[in-house]
Amino acid sequence: MAIKDMSLEEIVLSGNAACPGCPSTMGLRIVFKALGKKTILVIPACCTSVIESLYPYTSFDVPVLNIAFEAAAAAASGVVSALRMQGREDINVVVWAGDGGTYDIGIQAMSGAFERNTNFLYICYNNQIYSNTGIQRSGATPYAAWTTTTVGGKREFSKDMGAIVRAHNIPYAATATVSYPEDLFRKVMKAKSIKGPKYIEILAPCPPGWRFSMDKTVEMGKLAVETGIWPLYEYENDKMAFNGKSKLIFEGKIERKPVEEWLKLQGRFSNLFKPQRDEERLRRIQEYVDHMWERFKQCRD
Amino acid sequence: MKKYDVVTTISYPKKGAMGKTGSWRVFKPILDKDKCIKCLRCWIFCPEGTIIRKKDDSVEIDYEYCKGCGVCANVCPVKAIVMEREAEI
Ligand SMILES: Cc1ncc(C[n+]2csc(CCOP(=O)(O)OP(=O)(O)O)c2C)c(N)n1
Ligand code: SF4
Ligand code: SF4
Ligand code: SF4
Repeated sequence: MAIKDMSLEEIVLSGNAACPGCPSTMGLRIVFKALGKKTILVIPACCTSVIESLYPYTSFDVPVLNIAFEAAAAAASGVVSALRMQGREDINVVVWAGDGGTYDIGIQAMSGAFERNTNFLYICYNNQIYSNTGIQRSGATPYAAWTTTTVGGKREFSKDMGAIVRAHNIPYAATATVSYPEDLFRKVMKAKSIKGPKYIEILAPCPPGWRFSMDKTVEMGKLAVETGIWPLYEYENDKMAFNGKSKLIFEGKIERKPVEEWLKLQGRFSNLFKPQRDEERLRRIQEYVDHMWERFKQCRD
Repeated sequence: MKKYDVVTTISYPKKGAMGKTGSWRVFKPILDKDKCIKCLRCWIFCPEGTIIRKKDDSVEIDYEYCKGCGVCANVCPVKAIVMEREAEI
């Protein structure tokens, strides 16, 4: 759908606690254009629970259940059951959780809800860190990224969450980023129309956490797609389909940009460039991206 | 607004729940309406919802809450929005 056709209704109210340039509010605004008001959000501890602002007020104009860090998908399962008992199955039940709450501490609750075939949408906004508590590493933090707990750069690559989710054989899983609102909107609409567990992961470039200036949130997501480090895809009925520029990359119609173009704009990777270029680690990151696309191609062939 | 009588803590929706966030700004987005081609990119990307979309798809900026991030200026394809320093500091 074109941007012009998206709803004027605003669920995330202005004057909230988000940092300027925040990808969480940017993403949520687009997501709500697709979900509409008939939605219950379940939010574990994360930046977004702070963005909701302070008691006795909230900046979100839909019912929100705030729940313990590890329990979002379990709480959502309870909400789904309660609505079923009330005969109100026309309401979207949506988890909105960070990567810490998804890749790490919430993974067992999420896995359980997927296995039970719970009818809900799980959205992970992936800013690749525990940002709410001051930028600690998570299972989603990329290799070589500075965080307050990886001061010389992270030594490990991130988990392949897409593969973990797909291993649950749920009806729909997709990746997106805030930088392509039409793509994100379409994916949320599609997820909304499917019964059973759905998963969407939104790459969420976070200015204070990634160390870039707050006006560059959109560029940072775009470059992640153009360099191939963040592929946009949909997984439906056991089939993978790439979207947007990722589709063109997959079909060999455009070249991936070197991953360095994405890395060099973020202060968290400055240890790769200063005091001198770390060719070894730069090569490892490029190889990681190349290998990921090789694997996608092998799956097709 | 409907109040709920349940045994847990409930917050109620309100614009400006964290106050007038326009006071956070260091740089201010200035819109040149004559340049605007009504593409609505600033509207969809503004993280604050402070680009107000009018019925004819023209836009206005809500300075009461705009945090001055500069995303709108950056995504505008025709540079109809520029960032200017708010005041001497
Ligand atoms: C069991 C438990 N451990 C630790 C915390 C403290 N805590 C609150 S939010 C958070 C980080 C959340 O990170 P993430 O899910 O990635 O979301 P983000 O803050 O990045 O939006 C932590 C560690 C907690 N609330 N509960
Ligand atoms: S730290 Fe990042 S994700 Fe959290 S509120 Fe700030 S910009 Fe948003
Ligand atoms: S400067 Fe940021 S908060 Fe203000 S209108 Fe532009 S995008 Fe919205
Ligand atoms: S992005 Fe620029 S051209 Fe498009 S609606 Fe906003 S001000 Fe107008």
